[in-house]
Amino acid sequence: MTMAWELLVAALVLAGGVFCFLGALGLARLPDVFMRLHGPSKASTLGIGCIALASMAYFSVREGTPSVHELLIIVFLVMTTPVSAHLVAKAALHRDLPRWNRGDAPR
Amino acid sequence: MIGTAINVTLVLIGLAMSLSLWRLFRGPDVVDRVIAIDMLYVNACAMLLVYGIRAETALHFEAALIIAMLGFLSTAAFARFLLRGDIIE
Repeated sequence: MTMAWELLVAALVLAGGVFCFLGALGLARLPDVFMRLHGPSKASTLGIGCIALASMAYFSVREGTPSVHELLIIVFLVMTTPVSAHLVAKAALHRDLPRWNRGDAPR
Repeated sequence: MIGTAINVTLVLIGLAMSLSLWRLFRGPDVVDRVIAIDMLYVNACAMLLVYGIRAETALHFEAALIIAMLGFLSTAAFARFLLRGDIIE
């Protein structure tokens, strides 16, 4: 495996880890439910997308043949994450949870 | 170089899972706990993929795919239950 491929795989893996961590940080630190929904639904999707791309690059170069089955995970998560975020947001609206911009969310 | 990046990423994903676990235990409302479980399965999927690169085997990919599918189904079922009080009417 050449230096450029190693650099690409390492950068993608690291970017994925950083995005996953930022999503979890948002989930832990943001003040109300609707903000907390952003972390898992956006940052983590990007993070796992980066990691799956890194896995694709690594196994394609290592085996010598293109390895595309990690695309399944990317496509599946990109399709399902907005749906589950929408369902959870609807449930939160239905329960009339405290909102930060109304001033009734505890910090 | 890949080895160092993978070790750092495994630590970062472990920290992310700890933060989600903290939200799962603390969460003021049950919706927060559902979001935390959602986050946990996405992170488990990412961690399996990274570990697959580290162990140089494609074996972990199927586990990651199954976790992604079942995680979506469980989140949808939780949200449906919170919304309607029932999963299949």
